[in-house]
Amino acid sequence: MKLGSLTRQLGLAVVAFVLVAACGSSTGGGSASCSESTAKTATSASACGGMDALVAAAKSEGKLNVIALPPDWANYGAIISGFTAKYGIAITSNNPNGSSQDEVNAVTQLGTSSRAPDVLDIGMAVALANTADFAPYKVATWNDILDSQKEPTGLWFQDYGGYMSVGYDSSKVPTITSLSDLLGSAFKGKVALNGDPTQANAALNGVMMASLANGGSLDDISKGVDFFHQLKQAGNFVPVQATTATVKNGTTPVVFDWDYLSAAHGTDVPTWKVFVPNNAVLGGYYAQAINKNAPHPAAARLWEEYLYSDEGQNLWLKGLARPVRMAAMQKAGTIDQTAAAALPPVTGTPVFLSASQATAASAYLASHWSAAIS
Amino acid sequence: MTAAGNPAVTTTAGRPIVGGRRLPLDWVGAVPFFAYVAVFLLLPTGIILVGAFLAENGSATLTNFSSLGNADIVKASLQTVLLSAVTAVVGASLGALVAYAVATGNPDGILRRIVVSASGVLAQFGGVTLAFAFLATIGPAGLVYLFLKQHGIDFYSGGYWIYDLRGLQLVYLYFQIPLMVLVFIPAVDGIKPQWREAAESLGGGTWHYWRYVAGPLLFPAFIGCALLLFANAFSAYATANALINQGAPVLSQQINNALSSEVGLHKPGLANAIAIEMIVIVVLATVLYSLLQRRSSRWLQ
Repeated sequence: MKLGSLTRQLGLAVVAFVLVAACGSSTGGGSASCSESTAKTATSASACGGMDALVAAAKSEGKLNVIALPPDWANYGAIISGFTAKYGIAITSNNPNGSSQDEVNAVTQLGTSSRAPDVLDIGMAVALANTADFAPYKVATWNDILDSQKEPTGLWFQDYGGYMSVGYDSSKVPTITSLSDLLGSAFKGKVALNGDPTQANAALNGVMMASLANGGSLDDISKGVDFFHQLKQAGNFVPVQATTATVKNGTTPVVFDWDYLSAAHGTDVPTWKVFVPNNAVLGGYYAQAINKNAPHPAAARLWEEYLYSDEGQNLWLKGLARPVRMAAMQKAGTIDQTAAAALPPVTGTPVFLSASQATAASAYLASHWSAAIS
Repeated sequence: MTAAGNPAVTTTAGRPIVGGRRLPLDWVGAVPFFAYVAVFLLLPTGIILVGAFLAENGSATLTNFSSLGNADIVKASLQTVLLSAVTAVVGASLGALVAYAVATGNPDGILRRIVVSASGVLAQFGGVTLAFAFLATIGPAGLVYLFLKQHGIDFYSGGYWIYDLRGLQLVYLYFQIPLMVLVFIPAVDGIKPQWREAAESLGGGTWHYWRYVAGPLLFPAFIGCALLLFANAFSAYATANALINQGAPVLSQQINNALSSEVGLHKPGLANAIAIEMIVIVVLATVLYSLLQRRSSRWLQ
């Protein structure tokens, strides 16, 4: 008897479950579900049967591969754990300290392997040079992104950015009011870049910012190279790559870096200050792109939806990066006010490097940088 | 006695163990070795060699090799050879002295056990950790430096030498000397105290012992170990990169720059060409070593 009623109940439960599941997928909108092949070519959530269908498809994939996302960079640590907590999708974070080029190298080398990165966060030079590797996709909040900040079909779209700055430990060096201060004897063996400018985008922009502040232009980085040559001759330039560790132990108490990365040092060094010279406000944005061979196509698209949702954008803002939808969210009142108020103050007119200007700058660096600093 | 011994000798000689037409199978035992060498040494070298002749669009080119003449790559080549040679010679000399001191002591003594296990650890203690350890102690913001400076000793008064080649040499020695101790102790262990006694009983002094007995025995091992140290320093990357991140002063950093530049200077073909250059330099050093060894063994006999 008992056994009989148990099977009957189980049977009922199964029927109910099937019904609920069927209802669930039919309310997703459009087509009933999002198959893997649909997800692979879906250019928006609605092309995949709507947001619910995309979430379901991503959950059934269950995994997402990201690459070159340092946990202390633009709050990625919290973003990664937030995504996993919200959707129950495990994230494999490879080579967190890699460069944008490393990301694209992984895409080409791993091909269709299940270990290939699903989504990329890359500098503009690398994004523009590798569009053939990307799948076009438009997030639900696509219209909030300015036309100048996205590829029209969605092959890449900028995500967050900031301004080039000089961060410094005010307990170790005097207050900086202009870049020429750095040539003084108080800065002996103290000034560093975030990387080698012939290799790292942030460092290239650091040299460009020095150029702008010293009479150069976006078309002329030579004044910046001259400035670092003077720094080197004064014995003020430190060739160590600035990291959280070198800032913490005082090896690099003055660092050229994006303001959002620099400001994050304040958690380790309370006396850390960020200075953006008002005659050289150089902005820069990174871009998102989806690998066209993404092993988890639905999860990749869901990740982008998460990043461009109010929640994702505010998480970047908490990491002191300026999210691309910031202006639209300020208008809509959905921005995190506390986080926005914590951004380093910037006055002056921001300028941005175009792709051809960046190429010209790196060509000049390739032949002049090594000689200037050795 | 002779009668009993002779038949046995003739029997073995008269019946050859291996048949004349059978294929020799001695090489079978070496198959795993050759397979290993092929997969992990020859195959990657081949891939690099082919890649060095390819342009980024896949067509054949020689530009990668002509780019090796760029001023900064030539400079990096010279600096890397100099850095490797200096740390190999200094590391080998100091390491050999330590190895000799340890090996001639009590073989089961606590000193030997400590030195050998410490060397085992320190020889592998390279990379970012090592560079950072130096920065945190004797770097311009390091504890030891600041302490000494407070007490009137400023070893950076002439500039921050830790950020140029001299700094790299010092840091490299930190893993080169222990490696030398590890690889050289077995050679010194081969020297028997009786040989010294024999030399003395024949009227030889310390000079004669080293010149005619211990020197000739240890010299080939010493040069071989020094070559290993050279290759070890030559291929090091992470330590140098953590200490001098600007301008790629050593060749392995030039490879990294060519491979992973995100500002448009990404040239995988050039990276392959630099790798070929490094292989050629190590092969040259090895050839030089075998020539030197042949000559020195003639000179020593």
